[in-house]
Amino acid sequence: MVNLDISKFKYGTYKLKTGFAKMQKNGVVMDVTNPEQALIAEESGAVAVMALERVPADIRAQGSVARMADPLIIEKIMDAVSIPVMAKVRIGHFVEAQVLESLGVDMIDESEVVTPADPFYHINKNKFNIPFVCGCRNLGEAVRRIWEGAAMIRTKGEAGTGNIIEAIRHQRMLNNMIRFLKIMDENEIYDLARKYSDSYLDAIKILTGEKIKDETLLFDEYNYRIVLKEISKILNEIKQIQRLPVVNFAAGGIATPSDAAIMMQLGSDGVFVGSGIFKSENPEKRARAIVQAVTHYDKPEIIADISKNIGNAMVGIEIDNIPKEQRLQERGW
Amino acid sequence: MVISLNIGIIGIQGAISEHVHLMNKIFKINHINGKIFFIKNKFEIKSIDALIIPGGESTTISKFLLNFGIYDEILNRINENDLPIMGTCAGCVLLSNEIANETKEISLLKAMDMKVIRNAFGRQRESFENDIFINVLEKPFNAIFIRAPIIEKVWGKCDVISKIDNNIIMARQDKYLALSFHPELTNDLRIHEYFLEIIEDHLK
Repeated sequence: MVNLDISKFKYGTYKLKTGFAKMQKNGVVMDVTNPEQALIAEESGAVAVMALERVPADIRAQGSVARMADPLIIEKIMDAVSIPVMAKVRIGHFVEAQVLESLGVDMIDESEVVTPADPFYHINKNKFNIPFVCGCRNLGEAVRRIWEGAAMIRTKGEAGTGNIIEAIRHQRMLNNMIRFLKIMDENEIYDLARKYSDSYLDAIKILTGEKIKDETLLFDEYNYRIVLKEISKILNEIKQIQRLPVVNFAAGGIATPSDAAIMMQLGSDGVFVGSGIFKSENPEKRARAIVQAVTHYDKPEIIADISKNIGNAMVGIEIDNIPKEQRLQERGW
Repeated sequence: MVISLNIGIIGIQGAISEHVHLMNKIFKINHINGKIFFIKNKFEIKSIDALIIPGGESTTISKFLLNFGIYDEILNRINENDLPIMGTCAGCVLLSNEIANETKEISLLKAMDMKVIRNAFGRQRESFENDIFINVLEKPFNAIFIRAPIIEKVWGKCDVISKIDNNIIMARQDKYLALSFHPELTNDLRIHEYFLEIIEDHLK
């Protein structure tokens, strides 16, 4: 398209990856399963689309293993819209991620919504040139994913339920812990970093039975000492800036404009809507309303107005009616 | 030096707070009684001295400008010839007169005599950073290009300010400044300071 000597440029840097995430701020990323839905999403003002084979509600209903979408579907969606296209890979499935990178997907979601592939590790996201978004339920998960190279975090919520309670739970867990960091001293933060780093030990214990030392390799080429040091560093930065150092979206259960707005008022930088749009009665109207609710999240009179006449929301599920082992948020650590 | 200054930034979507952060830094360093605030409705356009259109998704931002009547208000100010505007990335697209090979509808502000190509370098995988030379700055600038547009050509009173190889990435036309990269993602204040000079010249 352009005439350039590209050999001199820097690609896939931290600034480029986190910068891409910043361009999504105050936006809505919508799950789509085909080009037609992608066009509806784009037309409604979505900031990006997430290409997948089945929306979370269907994955939940059908059970069975859920994987990265068919590359053909992803390519068709990429051709259909000019906004960025994201796609999901299974937790730890770095080859699915390589495949998505080769397709030129704009961002990869290492997601608990599809079936986890690696029981021990998440993907080493620093090895990729394209940015990743990862789910979290609390500060520990967020910090580990950021250390592993995630350029964006989303609270997990409970996907495919149309029930906002878990999304709010996870955002509040994050907020409270970030606020709590403020009153922690250096030693307390170091102890917390140790606790967060220790989550990597389980895999080592099971895999090698090795006694853990500073030099023990915890994650790829990184030993315990390095992990601890870098997680401390991230925690200290969070303590200082009083937010995550990367963009933080909400996900998992957003079904109405008010749901989207409450997540924004709780401090999210934007929202992912999975089943909430295309499992509702009128996807076009609902998509547009949710986009507007994210922009005007602090204007109840506008939210009231845009919530009128948009058809029924998706049918929701009580979290208590989902057995713990079937809750998607339990996936990943 | 201006006594007081109101800068609006389209506060719909994208890297907004980053611009606010840089501009506030400049106000503080230079003891300018300035304010920069988010614009989310059309009424706020009337009272501002200058406007920033940030990076984000140009289709998304353009839809909002249109749906909430902000687009018409900006056009009015452009027609009255009294609103300095800086557009970064998506903002650069919106300031242009023409978009190349575009099938989709984006409502352009047509403030600058230039034609842009959206996502000209490709997708996020092809996003890059590089030190560039800018005519109006002494030292190189670390420019961050994210799914960036390029300015295919300029005409009339629009001047090229920076190029990468043969591709135009920054242009100025009177009080309008367009760049295809993201100065707000760096800590370098020089481009925002340059925009402030444009605003001050205009207000003189």
